[in-house]
Amino acid sequence: MDFEPKILGFLCNWCSYAGADLAGVSRMQYPPNIRVIRVMCSGRIDPQFIFEALRVGADGVIVLGCHLGDCHYLEGNYEAEKKFDMVKRFLKLINFDNRVRLDWVSASEGARYAQVITEFTDHIKALGPSPIGGDNPDKKILNNLKAIEDAASGDRMRALVGRERKITEQENVYGEQVDLEKFNKVFDSAIVEEYQRHRILVSLEEDTKSIKSLAAELEIDPSVVLEHIVCLKSRGQIDFGEFMGITPMFFKM
Amino acid sequence: MEKVGAVMVVGAGIGGSQSALDLGDSGYKVYLIESTTSIGGVMAQLDKTFPTNDCAMCIVSPKLVETGRHQNIDLSINCEILNVSGEAGNFTVKVKKNSLYINPDICTGCGVCGRNCPVEAIDLFNEGLARYHATSVKYPQAVPLVYAINKEYCIGCGVCAGVCKAKAVEYDRDDEIVDINVGAIILAPGFDEFVPQAANKYGYGKFKNVVTSIEFERILSASGPYAGKVLRPSDGDIPEKVAFLQCIGSRDYTGEGQPYCSSVCCMYTAKEAVIAHEHQHEVKPTIFSMDIRAYGKDFDKYIIKAQEEYGVRYIRSRISSVTEIPETKDLRLRYETEDGKVIEEDFNMVVLSVGLNPPNDAKYLAEKFGIELNEYSFAKTDIFNPVQTTKAGIFACGAFSQPKDIPETVTQASAAAGCVNQLLYEKRGTLITEKSLPPEIFVAGQPPRIGVFICHCGINIGGYVDVPEVTRYAKTLPNVVMSDRNLYTCSADTQGIIKEKIEEFHLNRVIVASCTPRTHEPLFQETIREAGLNRYLFQMANIRDQCSWVHMKQPEQATQKAKDLVRMAVNKARQIAPIDRIKLPVTKKALVIGGGITGMVAALNFASQQIDTYLVEREAELGGFAKYIYHTLEGGDVQAYLKDLINQVKSNKFINVYTNAELEELNGYIGNFKSTVIYGEKNERAEFDHGVVVVATGANEYKPKEYLYGQNENVILQSEFEEMLNTDSIIKNKKSVVMIQCVGSRNEEHPYCSKMCCAEAIKNALLVKKINPSTEVTILFRDIRTYGFKEKYYRKAREEGIIFIRYDENSPPEISTENSSLNVNVNSVKAGNLSIPADLLVLSAGIVASHEDNEELAKMLKVPLNDDNFYLEAHVKLRPVDFATEGVFVAGLAHCPKTIEDSISQANAAVSRACTILSKDEIEAEGKTAVIDVARCIGCGMCVENCAYNAIELIEDRRFGLVASINQALCKGCGACSGNCRCSAIDILGFTAEQIYAMITGRL
Repeated sequence: MDFEPKILGFLCNWCSYAGADLAGVSRMQYPPNIRVIRVMCSGRIDPQFIFEALRVGADGVIVLGCHLGDCHYLEGNYEAEKKFDMVKRFLKLINFDNRVRLDWVSASEGARYAQVITEFTDHIKALGPSPIGGDNPDKKILNNLKAIEDAASGDRMRALVGRERKITEQENVYGEQVDLEKFNKVFDSAIVEEYQRHRILVSLEEDTKSIKSLAAELEIDPSVVLEHIVCLKSRGQIDFGEFMGITPMFFKM
Repeated sequence: MEKVGAVMVVGAGIGGSQSALDLGDSGYKVYLIESTTSIGGVMAQLDKTFPTNDCAMCIVSPKLVETGRHQNIDLSINCEILNVSGEAGNFTVKVKKNSLYINPDICTGCGVCGRNCPVEAIDLFNEGLARYHATSVKYPQAVPLVYAINKEYCIGCGVCAGVCKAKAVEYDRDDEIVDINVGAIILAPGFDEFVPQAANKYGYGKFKNVVTSIEFERILSASGPYAGKVLRPSDGDIPEKVAFLQCIGSRDYTGEGQPYCSSVCCMYTAKEAVIAHEHQHEVKPTIFSMDIRAYGKDFDKYIIKAQEEYGVRYIRSRISSVTEIPETKDLRLRYETEDGKVIEEDFNMVVLSVGLNPPNDAKYLAEKFGIELNEYSFAKTDIFNPVQTTKAGIFACGAFSQPKDIPETVTQASAAAGCVNQLLYEKRGTLITEKSLPPEIFVAGQPPRIGVFICHCGINIGGYVDVPEVTRYAKTLPNVVMSDRNLYTCSADTQGIIKEKIEEFHLNRVIVASCTPRTHEPLFQETIREAGLNRYLFQMANIRDQCSWVHMKQPEQATQKAKDLVRMAVNKARQIAPIDRIKLPVTKKALVIGGGITGMVAALNFASQQIDTYLVEREAELGGFAKYIYHTLEGGDVQAYLKDLINQVKSNKFINVYTNAELEELNGYIGNFKSTVIYGEKNERAEFDHGVVVVATGANEYKPKEYLYGQNENVILQSEFEEMLNTDSIIKNKKSVVMIQCVGSRNEEHPYCSKMCCAEAIKNALLVKKINPSTEVTILFRDIRTYGFKEKYYRKAREEGIIFIRYDENSPPEISTENSSLNVNVNSVKAGNLSIPADLLVLSAGIVASHEDNEELAKMLKVPLNDDNFYLEAHVKLRPVDFATEGVFVAGLAHCPKTIEDSISQANAAVSRACTILSKDEIEAEGKTAVIDVARCIGCGMCVENCAYNAIELIEDRRFGLVASINQALCKGCGACSGNCRCSAIDILGFTAEQIYAMITGRL
């Protein structure tokens, strides 16, 4: 039997949802795999929605909004773009960024809607079933996904995403515009750090572990794990357990 | 120009803070200027301190809190010096106060901004081992506890302003430029540590497990990144074999480091090794060093203890390179042993004992303040007065003038303050304001009317504890007539509210439930005093640091606990009563015991402030030990200096000199001593009153029983040799001079280093070479301890062909005589057995303290001696010239062996400490003191022995016979006496048994 992917779509009410309706009014045919969740604005789409969808086994997730500049709420889609950008960056870290897509469909683009959905469905079909869907999900990817979901919902990432446009395109609290390069540097290191830290926390949920075993699991240098451990300890999220010989074990609080 | 009664202190580490406290306590307005965002400097970064292994933070933080709160000290952080003009007595300094972007007057230091900051930047306090946020304090115990935004990392997202409930974040807060008018300036900017370059041979910055000693200090620290666990950075394992490499960046002639000795590394390395082993027994430390320079008081004992009790291995070798084993990240060291074998050994971690560099901005500071720097870019100072810079009215203290340890820094800090006193004493009290307070409301005997103020601390308490519920609950407790809650109880507007409520509800007890009394009690006490209540009618319940912050996930239990704590405070408050602080008059006169350089410098300093001074000298002539010293190693003319001092002392009308004198009797206490002296050839008697005592009784040169001294005329002491070299030319006939170091030092009888002998030997050896270059000079030593800049002369001595041979403690040199010629047989660690003919054998005899003399005086003064019969100061780190007995101070050789310059610093330091008393008309004693119920006392005398401050004595009571009596002036209220009293005759005001029982029952 052919693989029939489960695809979730988040559509904004005013443009893409209307575009989808227009496709229907115009009887344009496209594959039946998509299930649409309507939101008033693409800016509403919390990165966590996307991670959650993937985690529960969606084979693909597509977010559609108004074209840039056309947002019913003035700038909601710009916000959506920033959030989605973060989602992509996070997913890239775990090599899982090819099952999500952001695009723009206006209320008059019924044909385009059908085309976008068809393309995306074909793309997902070609990729095959999600490794974390079905009865036998890949535990490692699931853990990774859980980590990025937690990381993305943390204060640090939210603060950065939430302020990005204001401080890089307009001005920050000092009346200065922050250089995009500087911001991206901060942003990228925050993504990597927060992912790795939450990945450590996810891993410690299973058992107490040593720095070296965490390092092997995360495929990063033990000295980097140690740095994260210091930070997580100061946040009160983990603590020292027993020593196994000369090696300290850590547990999640 | 008119002199100004204010002083600027630049740099607020332990040195600058001490200067500021001394001067603030002596009636000067002090402007304390700090370049970073909190005070405490390097000491606040340390885990423990040598040689007592005291917790650094525990001993320094009370001083920092005191500095931050002192009413005469105006503390400014994040500052830059822009310009300096004027002259001694009247300077104007232009200071730029860089914006913190957070209003320090409003910020409560709760830390919500820091926790919410999305930009994580490297944290300097943990030396890059942990990350902090762009909004941060330097460390959790920081003073002032004010957050600052580090603009370098901040991206201006505005989150902190949003989360700050106190509205303290002000992004538009401007830098401020102010002109500050002061009479004198003390520079205490400290040092910067040597940072090995990236392409260095030790692999620092390249190999993860190579760290500097200051980073290792943070690893050891309980408040450091690894919570005090000794872990190595590459993989977080405990490093079992740790190598400490000494002299990194010190004693280095390659040009990479500094040629001088950094003085403190030998000791801090030993301490780090000991503490590492103490924290984690798996750690086996090895220390690679050239010489072990443990020259300070009780230092040698510490080194011995490190080796014997903690298994610290010492290897005499300088490591030339470090390589990493890539698979394990272990480090391979190659070294040559003293007997020439080359060994390769692997270690799990390497600690580089980095030296002390001058502060990075030394040149900038020197230029702005118009002072000169020395050849190493440290502040150049007077040859005899190490705190006097090249410009009058500007003083330097601490590591800015030469690498030094904490007690030496604190001594110099007080010494600099002592010199400021000389300059500005007439202007004391002119720029400080005494607060006028309303008379105290009479509350005795009235039923308690308690007001309770409960703090939300933004969300710090309110976010976890149900504050409205606790407030309602407090209202239900007996005698509580009002309870209220505040967003921040410590804010200025709340102080006004508290005062209003006191009036409105006729409160006679006040409770604040908020953070910790350790930092905030004085603030609230001041507030209720301003409203007319006695300071002691106040209680605090700690519902933040010890409740909301530690039970964040159990809000219900936290709320219950907060209620319990409030109830306990209420129960105690119902029992508390006003306490009066007694006031004692001060006799503004000083007694100085000992007429050597130290005593004379102290006396002249007092006298220059028009303080009548009694100088008591046992011998017929003034001069002491210095009579036998001609020059210092650095070339200072001691005899000329001494002659000048003696003349000044003799002609000063404020100094009464008693020679051939003995102190017969000394009674009394701080501010109010009375002494009797028997003096002169006719044994005349003099009696006088004085407010303070400075002990400057000196010490003696050891008279050797070994090495044929006294039996062979060619065996002489270093001091005798110095006299010979300076007074006749007999040396021209000598072909070979051999010197033996550590005679009567560092042995079982005298287990300490005499500190000066290495310098003395090198000084005299160089003089021999100057007079007669063909004379062979051989110095037999155990370690050459030319610390600090003295290293230069050691180097010079080697260049001039003076031969240095190291012998081991266990096989000392032996002397054989053949006819009249001497032969010195020595077992050289490097070269085996050697026999050296000597025309002259010079013994570097140590400094010894007289047990009999010192014990007698110590008893009279009620002060302690250490095991080596030197006087024991109140605290070896932070109170180096004070005794636990107030009003009595120690300076010079009486304290321990030291150089003339150090003795002079101590003399001036003792004067400064004394001036904190003598500058006042009356001193106020601590209110919370012990009180005796004489009816219960049986006069057993146990409390007399228990009292560390000698505040208790047994007296004959008319009705009850022999009973204990407490001197309120000396009592510190610790309660040691009370806890031991067999008849419950002693109670402690403010912590009475009744009050404590009330709290106990309140808890249950």
